Amino acid sequence: MVEWTDFERQTIADIFGKIDYETVGAAALSRCLIVYPWTQRYFGNFGNLYNASAIKINPMIAKHGTTIVHGLDRAWKNLDNIKDAYTELSILHSETIHVDPDNFRLFSDCLTITLAAQMGAEFNADVQAVVQKFLTVVVNALGKQYH
Amino acid sequence: MLSKKEKKMILRIWERITPVAQDIGAEALLRMFTTAPGSKTYFSHLDISPRSPHLLSHGKKIVLALSEGATDISQLSVTLAPLQTMHAYQLRIDPSNFKHLSYCMLVTLACHLGDDFMAEAHAAMDKYLSAFAAVLALKYR
Repeated sequence: MVEWTDFERQTIADIFGKIDYETVGAAALSRCLIVYPWTQRYFGNFGNLYNASAIKINPMIAKHGTTIVHGLDRAWKNLDNIKDAYTELSILHSETIHVDPDNFRLFSDCLTITLAAQMGAEFNADVQAVVQKFLTVVVNALGKQYH
Repeated sequence: MLSKKEKKMILRIWERITPVAQDIGAEALLRMFTTAPGSKTYFSHLDISPRSPHLLSHGKKIVLALSEGATDISQLSVTLAPLQTMHAYQLRIDPSNFKHLSYCMLVTLACHLGDDFMAEAHAAMDKYLSAFAAVLALKYR
């Protein structure tokens, strides 16, 4: 089981308490599709992804980004049992959507940078470490049901 | 592969960063030490506490090297030749740390440049830092 310090719990709660899910979600997913273009393979039915400008204004991508970030709710609200909280989503990503779990890490990296760009100096080294630890735990949980 | 447009974006960012090289460099290093504690093992001979003179001077060296490389990316293996030798035969830093530092550099740039660090700039910079790291490790074996 993952151990969380008070600072880590507080930092995570603070961040998710104040982010605008729509802005962050859209920014993080579009960033991922632009920085790691091969991730677009999962978005064949999402309309125009022709170039960075198109991706950034694509409403389907924006909406899906929001969905993904809301997918983190079950983690920060269940810090002491993230593994079980993600069983269902893990099976979904493995058996229905067939997403290579490496993509979870790529998205996490982009989400972290999106948060950094938003929070500026407040996103210091200690906060970065908490966010990276949190996302690593979620990514591991999401990969657990892959066989 | 870097387009002409991307090379210009990269150069413009480093031109903005060079005046505050030591702050950016020190911050990226500190982020790396915090998120990848194994990287600290290469610095046992230095004081790497936040804002220490060693950290600032080392951070500055790294940023200036990145900045210089960006002035002619096609010549990276020439520009970096001395650093290649140093890293391969003296420092022998495991190349996984280049990845950690590159990522922390991206985070540092995001914090300082905010919205200016848009996805296209992030992509270009990520590619540049990967290329830089790859060239740096070329003499390892």
